[in-house]
Amino acid sequence: MTLWWIGDIVLLVVVLPVVVYLLRGVLNAATSIVPSVDRIAQAAAAGSNDLDAVQLLLTTQDQVEKTIATAANYGGSLDVILDDARA
Amino acid sequence: MTPVLAMAAVGWVMILAAALIVAALVVYLVQVIVQLRKITKGLDETITSVGEILEKTKPLNTVVPAINQQLDAGVDLLEGLLVQKAGLVDAVGLVDGLYPGAATAGFRNFPESTELQAPRIGEVYTQGTLTLARLGREAPIAAGNPAGPALRDVERGSLAARELYPEVRQTKPQTMPRSPVIGTDAPVQYEQRDDIGAPRKRLPQPNPS
Repeated sequence: MTLWWIGDIVLLVVVLPVVVYLLRGVLNAATSIVPSVDRIAQAAAAGSNDLDAVQLLLTTQDQVEKTIATAANYGGSLDVILDDARA
Repeated sequence: MTPVLAMAAVGWVMILAAALIVAALVVYLVQVIVQLRKITKGLDETITSVGEILEKTKPLNTVVPAINQQLDAGVDLLEGLLVQKAGLVDAVGLVDGLYPGAATAGFRNFPESTELQAPRIGEVYTQGTLTLARLGREAPIAAGNPAGPALRDVERGSLAARELYPEVRQTKPQTMPRSPVIGTDAPVQYEQRDDIGAPRKRLPQPNPS
């Protein structure tokens, strides 16, 4: 009978507080993760929005090709028109 | 207390302790579940945004190297043409006039250009000439001139050119000596020479004997 009472007391005084302590720790950890995840989500969304202009690189590539082609044409003409520098 | 009642009390206390432990588990685990659901939702949004980032940056691996390749070819072309036409020394001076201090970096394809003493061409050539050269020197078109004024300032360009000429036209006088009027109705008629229109004078024939 005494052992039963000791077991009850251990259950109430030791096991229950330990369980509560551990559960509170898990809850605190989970709660602290939420704001971090929210900030990461906002940063990722902002990064995605910032990259909307990347598609314009295709236009830039096209324009660069045309510009270089035009410069090459001018260079060819200048090469014919102008004399080379004297060595 | 009889043994039966004592045993029953011990049992009830144990049941109460177990119930308290289960209740604590339920309360805390439910809150943990709620927090984990929030985390899952946030991670889903993050994964969606990261997926968008991956999708948007997909062309970078092909487009940016292609742009760089084109620009490299342009720079090689224009640097080579500049050196061929102006000579290495003047070319270095021209670039240094556009970008002060650039002479120390030199040309990519002419390593010996870093060892040259750059002439101060920027003080001689007009702004327009330097601007034309600038377009081939990895500069963004329509970028601001590091020297200050706008690139296409006509007055500045023409002033720089006028300064190369004598002082008379440089100061823009209201009246300048007019060119002489010629013709039959000219205010000043010059005496006509007799020999104009006459047969060309011939030297005397040499005596054959």
